[in-house]
Parts: sequence; C-alpha cells; structure tokens
Amino acid sequence: MGNKTALYAKHQEMGGKIVDFGGWDMPLNYGSQVEEHHKVRCEAGMFDVSHMTIVDITGERAKAFLQYLLANDVEKICGLKGKALYSGMLTQDGGVIDDLIVYNMEGWFRTVVNCATREKDLAWMNQQAEPFGVSLTERQDLSIVAVQGPKAIDKVKTVVSADKAAAVAELKVFQGAAVGEWFLARTGYTGEDGLEVMVPNTEVAAFWQALADAGVAPCGLAARDTLRLEAGMNLYGNDMDETVSPLAANMGWTIAWEPADRDFIGRQALEADKAAGQKEKLVGLVMEAKGVLRAHQKVILADTGLTGEITSGTFSPTLGYSIALARVPVEIGDTCLVEMRNKQVPVKVVKPSFVRMGKPVV
Amino acid sequence: MSEIRSELKYLSSHEWARVEADGTVTIGITDHAQDSLGDVVYVETPEVGGQVTAGEEAGVVESVKAASDIYSLVSGEVVAVNEALEDEPETVNASPYDDGWFFKVKPTDLSELDAALDADGYRAVAEADG
Repeated sequence: MGNKTALYAKHQEMGGKIVDFGGWDMPLNYGSQVEEHHKVRCEAGMFDVSHMTIVDITGERAKAFLQYLLANDVEKICGLKGKALYSGMLTQDGGVIDDLIVYNMEGWFRTVVNCATREKDLAWMNQQAEPFGVSLTERQDLSIVAVQGPKAIDKVKTVVSADKAAAVAELKVFQGAAVGEWFLARTGYTGEDGLEVMVPNTEVAAFWQALADAGVAPCGLAARDTLRLEAGMNLYGNDMDETVSPLAANMGWTIAWEPADRDFIGRQALEADKAAGQKEKLVGLVMEAKGVLRAHQKVILADTGLTGEITSGTFSPTLGYSIALARVPVEIGDTCLVEMRNKQVPVKVVKPSFVRMGKPVV
Repeated sequence: MSEIRSELKYLSSHEWARVEADGTVTIGITDHAQDSLGDVVYVETPEVGGQVTAGEEAGVVESVKAASDIYSLVSGEVVAVNEALEDEPETVNASPYDDGWFFKVKPTDLSELDAALDADGYRAVAEADG
C-alpha cells in the first residue's frame, strides 16, 4: 500500500499491473511491455511519471544557488525562456547524489528530481540553499505525463486547448512553455521526440483519457526501462550513485568546467579525479547470442583478467537482442566476457547508445 | 484469475503436463507463470533424443524480467521440442497450454505423474503465489 498518483484509478481501469516503485503503486505494464515499447518507437505512448519530484526555486539568488549546487551550469539556459538542462548534483567528494533536469522559468527555476531520492535531495537542496536565501517549493499539486514517440507531439496538440497547442508548436528540443498552471516541455527519457507535461492533479485524469481516446498507448515502467536503456540514458541507483564519479558514469559531458572560476559542489574532487586519470568508464554491451544481460553480472576482460560489472541490462525490443551498460576498466577493448549462469559469454563493447530516433546505431 | 485446466497435472514450480493419446507427455508452463514472467524473449528446450528426469531441470524460459528453470514432470527420452518458440517466444504468453508447449517426452514410467499436483492442488499454489 504505497503512494498513489492522481492517475491510479485510470491505471486500474486500463488494466495496469500495479507494482511498488520507490514507495509508489505504479503500473509495470498494461499487458505486453514489448508491445508498449514498439508503440513508443513507432507512434506514441504515454507514461505516468507523477511519482517524480518537482522542486521550484525562487528568489533573487536562485541562479547563483543553482550554479553552486549543480555540476552543469544554468548560465547555459538563461538565454532562452523555458530552456532545459540535464545535470548531476554532486557530493563534496564528487559522487552523484542525483541526476535531474532544470528549466529556466525566467526569473525562477524548476527542477525535476528522481522519486527514490526525494527525501535525500530535498534535505540536501534545502541545506545548501540556506546561505542563498532562496525558497524551495515542492509541487505536489502537479502530475506529470510523458507522451513520447514520433506522433506524440501531434497527438498532444489535438487534445489540449488552442493556446497550449500553439505553445507546443513553437517548442525547440529541450525547451518548455508554461500555459496557465500547465508546463509542457519537449524533453523525455526514451530517445524519441515528445513531451513531458506537468498538469494540475485535478486535470490530469481527463488529459490522460483524452490521449487514450486519441490512440496514445498507456505504457508502464517496464517499457520505460527498455526505452531509456536503448537510448543510453542512465538510471540513478543502477548506473551511478553517491560512490560513483560522473566521469565513470558517462556524465563527463554534463560537467561545465568553464568558467574556471565557477565553484560548484564537488568541483575540487572532480578536478583531482581528472588529474589522476580515469580508471573506470561506463560502456555499452551488446549480446547477439540467446540470453539477457542483467545488472550485477561480472564483466571480464579476457586478456588482462581485469573485471567490471554490468550496471543495467535488459532485452532490447527494437534490436531483438540483449544490451547493457557496464562500468569497466578503461583498458577494455572491443569485446569482453560476461559471467552468467555458470558460463562466460562473449559480448561486444560499444559506445553507450544503442537506438537513436527509432533506429539502431549498433 | 489465471487459467488452470482440469485435465492437466502440475508442479508447484508452475509447469504442466498432458498425457497425449499416443502415450507421450507434453510439458509447458502455466498461464499463471507466463503472467508472472511477462514477455518471454528466449526459450531453451532440451535436445531431441536427450534424457530428462522427473523433478530435474530440463530447460529455461527467459523473459525481459527474469530467467527461470523449467522442470520436467516425467523421466524419459525427449521426442520433440517446439521449434516455433525460437522465432516467436511470445507464443508462450499468448497460448501457454496449446501453441506454447515446450517439449514432449516418451515417459519411462507414467506413474511418476501420480506425485504431481492436480488442478485443485495447483490452484492453491497459484493463489498463494499472488
């Protein structure tokens, strides 16, 4: 008996198989997770992600606060209203507390952090906010629906009011727009085009139903995982945590080193890390033989005997075989072995990205 | 409520067995099992001509979620395996008792099935499993 989003009754109505996720009762699938995955890559699917945490940051020093709190620099998004930025939030030791998206709301900022890290993140953010005198407000009055796929944006435009449809039509990738209490952002966790829409709890069930009536398939957490892994997107808790440097989690590109005089939490530790040289990195693995790669399976570099570990693994419906992300010694070559069910299976090592805009890139 | 067929025998590990007219025994996994597993992506069947033993592993069923061993209900020689599952493993989900069968055995001792569960016995197992 966990927390329920404002869409819980809809999930039950639509045959959602409810499971616990971070203390929330969420739909794992509504039937076949593989079919839901294909629906997103080919047309449009929708996900209830209201279990995630929205934190609005207001106050004169909101920007300065975020420039200190986050490893990426919000200066990058201050030139365009609604622009979004993906960033890690680090400990003083340079480990990852969480990954998040921050939006420039022009005059203030909205962040969306993970569900499982909610308490930890709020406590940390509030503690760090003190000297800046900013206000942090968690928005429990808002639900979030992610509508993803090549037809997603068109479908949303057909069911929302004219002013929202017009705002959506203008959105650049990784940009959002506020219309009334709603916030519609062209962001996502699937590698497809689409929107993440923040809707007042009182209006979200009608929005969800309208999308279903327009042919958008309800999709659950299982499909969400196969989609994000194909897109090479990290899952906090699996691919990184507080003991892992962003440099060992394929997040090096999210660190804004310039300007050199921007102090941010974890900067010194990261600089020391970089100077000492990386020992581990996050790579992609592909296994065309039968079987499914799974988190925690051991990775062995055949020639040196060095080892690593799979952080996330699954079956890729779009590719038709198994893929994984793994943290491995930097010495790794094009192939390695994975230990599974008492065997050592050879797999291919690739960049951590498998499907882009619906097409395989491996 | 998952489907449980009255004429079959079952194991508490969610396999079913059907005695065919020609005396062979067909084995597969139950509706409850396919529902718990989710989308099946790979099936490993025993070799035709090989031997299986009642209560021992005979194959593997793997879904996106997890891999699970398949146990045989009878001992004997494997006379057929369902090759269609190689290209269409999702058949196990769609038709667990018919098109989704795994393998057939020429049993050495049919009385081994007396030790298996009947439909009511399996129903209790499935219900307890949630």
